[in-house]
Amino acid sequence: MARAVSSRRKIGFTILGWIVGFLIFFPILWTIIASFKTEAEAIAVPPSFINFDWTLENYITVNTRSDYPLHVMNSVVISVGSTILALCIAIPAAWAFAFSPTKRTKDVLMWMLSTKMLPAVGVLVPIYLLFRDWGLLDTRTGLVFVLCMINLPIIIWMLYTYFREIPVDILEAARMDGASLPKEVAYVLLPMAVPGIASTMLLNIILAWNEAFWTLNLTASNAAPLTAFIASYSSPEGLFWAKLSAASTLAIAPILIMGWFSQKQLVRGLTFGAVK
Amino acid sequence: MATDHTRTAARWMTAPSIILLLAWMIIPLAMTLYFSTLRYNLLMPGMEIFVGFENYAYFLTEPAFITAFFNTLIMVGSVLFITVCGGTLLAILMDQPFWGQTIVRLLVIAPFFVMPVVSALVWKNLLMHPVNGLFAFMAQSIGIEPFDFLGQAPLASIILIVSWQWLPFATLILLTALQSLDQEQQEAAEMDGAGIFSKFFYITLPHLSRAITVVILIETIFLLSVFAEILVTTNGGPGNASTTLTYLVYVKALLQFDVGSASAGGIVAVILANIVAFFLIRILGKNLDK
Amino acid sequence: MSITKRTLLCACAVSALSTAALAQSITIATVNNGDMIRMQGLTDEFTAQHPDIEVNWVTLEENILRQNVTVDIATQGGQYDVMTIGTYEVPIWANQDWLLPLEFSEEYDVDDLIGPIRDGLSVDGTLYAAPFYGESSMVMYRRDLMEAAGLEMPDAPTWDFIAEAARAMTDKENEVYGICLRGKAGWGENAAFITATANSFGARWFDENWVPQFDTEPWKNTLDFYVNLMNEAGPPGASSNGFNENLALFQTGKCGMWIDATVAASFVTNPDESTVADQVGFALAPDNGLGKRGNWLWAWSLAIPAGSDNAEAATTFVEWATSRQYAELVAENEGWANVPPGTRTSLYENPNYQEAAPFAQMTLDSILSADPKNPTVDPVPYTGVQFVAIPEFQAIGTAVGQQFSAALAGTMSVDDALAAAQDLTTREMTRGGYIK
Repeated sequence: MARAVSSRRKIGFTILGWIVGFLIFFPILWTIIASFKTEAEAIAVPPSFINFDWTLENYITVNTRSDYPLHVMNSVVISVGSTILALCIAIPAAWAFAFSPTKRTKDVLMWMLSTKMLPAVGVLVPIYLLFRDWGLLDTRTGLVFVLCMINLPIIIWMLYTYFREIPVDILEAARMDGASLPKEVAYVLLPMAVPGIASTMLLNIILAWNEAFWTLNLTASNAAPLTAFIASYSSPEGLFWAKLSAASTLAIAPILIMGWFSQKQLVRGLTFGAVK
Repeated sequence: MATDHTRTAARWMTAPSIILLLAWMIIPLAMTLYFSTLRYNLLMPGMEIFVGFENYAYFLTEPAFITAFFNTLIMVGSVLFITVCGGTLLAILMDQPFWGQTIVRLLVIAPFFVMPVVSALVWKNLLMHPVNGLFAFMAQSIGIEPFDFLGQAPLASIILIVSWQWLPFATLILLTALQSLDQEQQEAAEMDGAGIFSKFFYITLPHLSRAITVVILIETIFLLSVFAEILVTTNGGPGNASTTLTYLVYVKALLQFDVGSASAGGIVAVILANIVAFFLIRILGKNLDK
Repeated sequence: MSITKRTLLCACAVSALSTAALAQSITIATVNNGDMIRMQGLTDEFTAQHPDIEVNWVTLEENILRQNVTVDIATQGGQYDVMTIGTYEVPIWANQDWLLPLEFSEEYDVDDLIGPIRDGLSVDGTLYAAPFYGESSMVMYRRDLMEAAGLEMPDAPTWDFIAEAARAMTDKENEVYGICLRGKAGWGENAAFITATANSFGARWFDENWVPQFDTEPWKNTLDFYVNLMNEAGPPGASSNGFNENLALFQTGKCGMWIDATVAASFVTNPDESTVADQVGFALAPDNGLGKRGNWLWAWSLAIPAGSDNAEAATTFVEWATSRQYAELVAENEGWANVPPGTRTSLYENPNYQEAAPFAQMTLDSILSADPKNPTVDPVPYTGVQFVAIPEFQAIGTAVGQQFSAALAGTMSVDDALAAAQDLTTREMTRGGYIK
């Protein structure tokens, strides 16, 4: 009897779950489908879901018009580079905040978060002038640095909340055994912290990948990532729905696939200390 | 001695990040403060003169300013409300065992990976477009006039788009929190004859309060700087109906190239954001310290 | 740290490879309009002739492009060697010494450039930007729908006729809207269209003392006419339609008439892109019997920033892309109808072009009839037909455009929108020191 109820419940949840999942995913699905249509089909009434002539012509058009591999390469270098650089700076800091907290630790952390509230556009001109003088305009180095800085607060905070969950007793024990500080970090802390670091890294790659203000305003051609790629399709040019869909699909595909494959790792550390 | 040693080490370890962030904050901030006292328009070089608080006066008396201020509050508030409520419900749903759970979970988190510009473009052109969009087709096929989302309800449309992007984030964090909920406690409550609702309000919700706090804090930071969605969909209009503070500063800086006003606007926005943050931390901070 | 370094090294290596060892490389910033996309597609032809020049393209949507190039040129960022800008920017930027004066070989034949266009891109007789394509505005209409409505379009219609025809052609059941006009806020979007229209209604932006004129009768008539017409015969969501959105609507057969840039003529008559290609007719922009028509003048042009390190290569490119040979090259590849219009007299004398482009004469007449020096019925202190050539205009035009857009969307009354426009323009002009 109980089993019957729970199995009926399961069917109910299955239906509900799939409907909700489908609805949320629908805009993306619709874009992907539209990207394989011809321009005329993309706006045809009534719209067709699968029974149309699938074509790759939009992808070909987009590829002849833009250097897609270069943009992807730039996006990868910028997002991964900035995240790794930020992690190098953030891990020691978060470690210290978590294990040798002082009275001011909380305030410092909150201050760090508050630096993110400065509207980027308000400081564009100062940053642009500095970049011009330092020769960093349209370079990946420049963007790696900027994105590292804007994501650093989130990274530190996320790592801090994760590190704090690590039982201090173990560290004490290691210290008793005479482990030096570097060893303590390398052999005790890191293995326990890896899931947190991994998920921080993934989250920040996503954030950096999707950052559209600095990446658009500090680049021209050499360092332009996918956000600039999509900006050359973002206003209509006559019939453009299918081309736009193809460009959109190309812009989000790499990160979507990465996100899906690393979903478990992403979720594991994505608690911001919210779980006790 | 050990503690002294540790403390020195700790200082060395935090120093790079603090120094970098300080530099990152102070250099642009100082330049912004300085520019905010100049009449400085990129299009009119060589005319920079010191004008004191004129830029602030102009920004604060700007007809769009009050509207933008409230639009910002409405947008951030509504998105927070939608994502927290929706996220909680979704997290509870995802926490139930059902067939194809893993796949559905992938579908649900997908919007989080979509870059803001792309999601705004897709919603605007493929879905909400009043002539060629899918919603217009759906409206027409059930015999009603297509609704012009971005013209008639610009702010609500933007809230919808932004909520769609942030719902997965809330869901993920709340789901992780939900999974750590004590099963025994739940079962005990069930034995005591607690209904679904009392279980939700007395056990689940208190357990989620920390996670909800975190969601609100992080999302607020990101939502305050939302502008790509507005730029792509409505350009802040019609009129000022969907202009937020960030967007207003954007207009000053990159449409009018009025660096002076934009800097003043930036400073005003920082001050307002920090006031919001101050209250937020006051209200939510207790929750985090527990 | 070492990983980062390695990543960066990798990155440098890759970028070094891609720009390997060529003498000069130029970066061109351009708009994603059809003709520019075509130019980008023909890059290989250019590099074949000039193997020592490598070309990088930055193709962006108009607004983003404008903000990027403006920030770059104003701060001497030096990221671009060739910039695509319009008739609005050229005189302002040239006066700041931001642009290099252009000097081309004899063969280029500067005198072949159409008069009003060349004037618009010159300061004190020196050319600062080479026109890539020029445009005015005109009426494009569906002959089949016009016939079905029992009307005939004159060559030079009045606004009253346009309104009558638009109402007669509208068939909302079947998603056919009598008229599509710009409604999307922006100084280059709805503000441009409405300003040009207002000129023909006898309105003007400023009187001779730079006092804004939105509180005058002609402006009220203009905006009332526009809003009523669009509400009765326009498509839904008109307040977010710009040039490109309307182009798409017209091409998919949803519009009876469309008053917009002459350059659209080749897109709406191209059977590959347009479902109504064989049914399009053309007429001059309408008037109100006051002596001014509602047509504007614009030229997308290529200019070289003064700070460019590769000025020579950039000049070579600009000369190539705006030359007669380029027109022939496009004609060879894509047909005469797709040649960038509105820049050279010789194109309009070419029988091949006249035959392939039924809109040729109408385009030329529209361009020649626009007068940026005397755009309005009453005298004004500014030049520019659909814009006011002062640096402040981008800001004011866009803000005023927002008010018009709100009036169109119905979130504001026409009177309130004009009052708001008057207030904000007065504010900015006072701030700019124009109004003492």
